[in-house]
Amino acid sequence: MSAPTGPAAKTERLLNLVLCLLYTRRPLPKSRLREMVPQYHRAPTTEAFDRMFERDKDELRDLGIPLVTEDLNSIWDDEPGYRIHQRDYALPDITFEPDELAVLGLASRTWAQASLAGPAAEAIRKLRAAGIERDEDSLVGIEPRLRTTEPAFEAVRRAVLGQQVITFDYRRSDGEVRTRRVHPWGMASWHGRWYLTGFDEARDAERLFRLSRVVGPVTPDPDAPPYAVPEDHDPAASVRRTTSDRPSPEPAVVRVRAGQGHALRRRARTAEDVDEFWTRLEVEYADVDSLVDELVGYGSDVVAQAPPELVRAVVTRLRGALATHGAPGAAR
Amino acid sequence: MSPAAVETATARLSRLLTLVPWLANRPGIGVEEAAAGLGITPEQLQADLDLIYLCGYGQMPDELIEVDSEGGRIVVRNAETIARPLRLGVDEAITLMVGLRALAEVPGITDTDAVGRALAKLEEATGAAAEAASRVAVDISDAASAVMLARAREAVERHRRVQLRYLVPSRDETTERDVDPMRVVNIDAHWYLEGWCHRAQDTRLFRMDRVEDLTVLDVDGTPPPDATARDLDLGAFQAGPEDPLVTLLLAPGARWVADYYPVESVTERADGGLEVSLRTGDTEWLRRLVLRLGGLGRVVEPAGLADEVAHAAAAALTAYEGID
Repeated sequence: MSAPTGPAAKTERLLNLVLCLLYTRRPLPKSRLREMVPQYHRAPTTEAFDRMFERDKDELRDLGIPLVTEDLNSIWDDEPGYRIHQRDYALPDITFEPDELAVLGLASRTWAQASLAGPAAEAIRKLRAAGIERDEDSLVGIEPRLRTTEPAFEAVRRAVLGQQVITFDYRRSDGEVRTRRVHPWGMASWHGRWYLTGFDEARDAERLFRLSRVVGPVTPDPDAPPYAVPEDHDPAASVRRTTSDRPSPEPAVVRVRAGQGHALRRRARTAEDVDEFWTRLEVEYADVDSLVDELVGYGSDVVAQAPPELVRAVVTRLRGALATHGAPGAAR
Repeated sequence: MSPAAVETATARLSRLLTLVPWLANRPGIGVEEAAAGLGITPEQLQADLDLIYLCGYGQMPDELIEVDSEGGRIVVRNAETIARPLRLGVDEAITLMVGLRALAEVPGITDTDAVGRALAKLEEATGAAAEAASRVAVDISDAASAVMLARAREAVERHRRVQLRYLVPSRDETTERDVDPMRVVNIDAHWYLEGWCHRAQDTRLFRMDRVEDLTVLDVDGTPPPDATARDLDLGAFQAGPEDPLVTLLLAPGARWVADYYPVESVTERADGGLEVSLRTGDTEWLRRLVLRLGGLGRVVEPAGLADEVAHAAAAALTAYEGID
């Protein structure tokens, strides 16, 4: 027997209340519940019981338990009655096949290293509660690890799901920090980073925010008027559209030294040996900056030849690197 | 720390509403197995059983939940009132739906047909909560080939050794190696095969989109007992404490380097840039990074590496003489 007060006694009281409200076939008045739940009839006064019951009711609803108030339909008493309908409470009795449960388990484990690990594990336990299938996991050794390391993740998630206007300081890629006020529409993880999509009030347009660039707290504005999320909004598509470009109309032309540039050779559209030292490649690219990043990294093993803006960009980078690091061999 | 030490009364109730039907449907399950399946300690499970044993919709014996855990076997009876768990909450529904949708985009890792069926049933089971899930999206797919991923998965499942043809971009070379697979893991939206590499005689992560070919060998691929999986919470890029410390000055336009790589220290500079230090044993990788920063990043220490960068840039520029 647990102590009459404390968290264990409260859990016991709430569990008894849930059982009574689910078991009953008609709404129960408060007075009846006071008799049925032992922890209630131990309440010293009616006022103490009333306060306790009101709080308990709210807490059950906060957990998502559909506790409803219904008329008792008695002519001598207009007291309300309470109950929980099984049909609204219970997880529908859907049978999952073993291969479906395996992928559901994998979906749940995707969050194992993230802030939603708890709900993800609980969800799969609920689906497996029926227990007819074997509990073992056929997809062992597969770990899709989604992470939510950005400090702003939880606050942004709540705002997205609760449709709450938020304010936060945001650092642009050039380092400038400004306060933004945003109507959150959605969020997406793309290339391992979380983004918020939404409407930026000051810019009067849709904007994308990388969560790792949110500086300090995210503050919801409970007094802001409600807003609507555009029906066709697709957060993943927004992120993809903003962070990547269209493929190039013409491939880039590069020269790679024999035995080098393997990653470029692998995806080249055409490859042609110029002589015993060099191969000419045509390479498709979506974003000229990313291609410049890659080519510059090869140093003297890869030479950009076309288009001219690619060549200029590569040369500018190399000259920049040379200028900051001084002439080779310079005394230091 | 036991869950009870931090768990609120309502959080525990929520857990018990799943625990009761879960146990009722597994009569005679052992304490250890049940605790593992429920994600709690055996002590916590015992405390939970002691609590539900006193609960019911009345106080007559036939109105109370029956619990028997004699001899380490658990039987829960007379719990028909909560024979089904509570519907999925919004967070719960979102994790599964968003996770399934992400897996649907990675053929090779799962049976996409099973993913589709599970998703359809789940939508039916969650109702309104499913709608919220459309506001959260996750993409964990990359350019890795579905065929290679499927073979890697098969090798992990069947404990078979694999032969890899693998491109090492930081060295710009293709290598052949035999690997005993340990797991297939996604880190920051890239798929990797982790395993014991016979060539390196060590545990290695192979990025699947750089695997040019993967053959499942008909050879036992159980890794040696001292092979340990890495702690991946820092991402795939990892350096040892004995690796040399490199100091970089980053201009404001190169601040992203501090977001991308696990830096040991970051200091803000008056010009809006950063001074960062990081450890790496792979100076070739670092030289490539600094070249690509094109003057937005400068190696301060070690001086020898700064020299290497200057040499590499000067050598590359000889091919472009005469360009403004």
